[in-house]
Amino acid sequence: MKYEVLVQLKEEVLDPEGRAIEHNLQSLGFKEIKAIKVSKRYIIEVNDSKEESEQLLEKISKKFLSNPTSQTYTLNRLN
Amino acid sequence: MIRSQKDPIALMNFPGSNCSYDCHFAFKNLWNIKLQDVFSCDRVLAGDIRGLIIPGGFSYGDYLRGGALASWAPIINELQGFIKKGGKVLGICNGFQILLEGKFLPGALLKNTSNRFICEDSFLEVSTGPSLYQRLLETKISLPIAHGEGRFFIDKDGLKNLEDNNQIVFRYQEEKNPNGSISNIAGICSKDGHILGMMPHPERAISPFSGGSGTAGKQVLETFLSMCL
Repeated sequence: MKYEVLVQLKEEVLDPEGRAIEHNLQSLGFKEIKAIKVSKRYIIEVNDSKEESEQLLEKISKKFLSNPTSQTYTLNRLN
Repeated sequence: MIRSQKDPIALMNFPGSNCSYDCHFAFKNLWNIKLQDVFSCDRVLAGDIRGLIIPGGFSYGDYLRGGALASWAPIINELQGFIKKGGKVLGICNGFQILLEGKFLPGALLKNTSNRFICEDSFLEVSTGPSLYQRLLETKISLPIAHGEGRFFIDKDGLKNLEDNNQIVFRYQEEKNPNGSISNIAGICSKDGHILGMMPHPERAISPFSGGSGTAGKQVLETFLSMCL
């Protein structure tokens, strides 16, 4: 089974990388761009049943892939 | 490896640590102390060690987040027991990131606001508080920084706790905050003052020959050393 984990900075935390891309696109004339936040995507394959995989990945995402002080994560099943 | 019995400070090395030599050089030249090298895969911290330095660098390539992978290394399991027994810890730059990722200190270090790696002298204020660092260091010092991810972040409640417990040891001087750290924070300590994490590099400011920052770094290391003897 395949999953993706998206890790991003919390809404209130400044993302300078996203802001730099946002400013540069705006300066190229893409005035519709309002805001950009960068996130990291992990694609993980697991050999377990759905329920067990999701429990495991929730744990890994919370404890290792994200830092709860500054980041949030979302876990999605891919197939 | 030959380990001296009398020298009480260890240096924790990870793949990618690149300030180990500078730390060895500082302690050897200033006080003729040989730091005892320990490595990420070690599972024992020698019993005679009373202080531990986690040096700067890019442990495990800073993959995932700066200091994250290092904070899972086997040697880190020994750190909790070492601290419980009263061991003193100094985490510098990437060492500070490792201490935060390992939850030995609160907060996180994020990409600098400028998106740039900053390598320059920083101008610091030492806050008042009960730790030996806060009591012994001069109130205004200068130390070099060299980091891309040094923006200290903590939520409002966490910041209030740090302030209430006098755990903020170093702040960048107002108007001279190089990386966007919240409340200008450059270094914090544990409540008992035994663990210090800091972004500036004291080991790079130990003599007039080691750069423009002078010798404030010597005072920081000397204070750490005095706690370990």
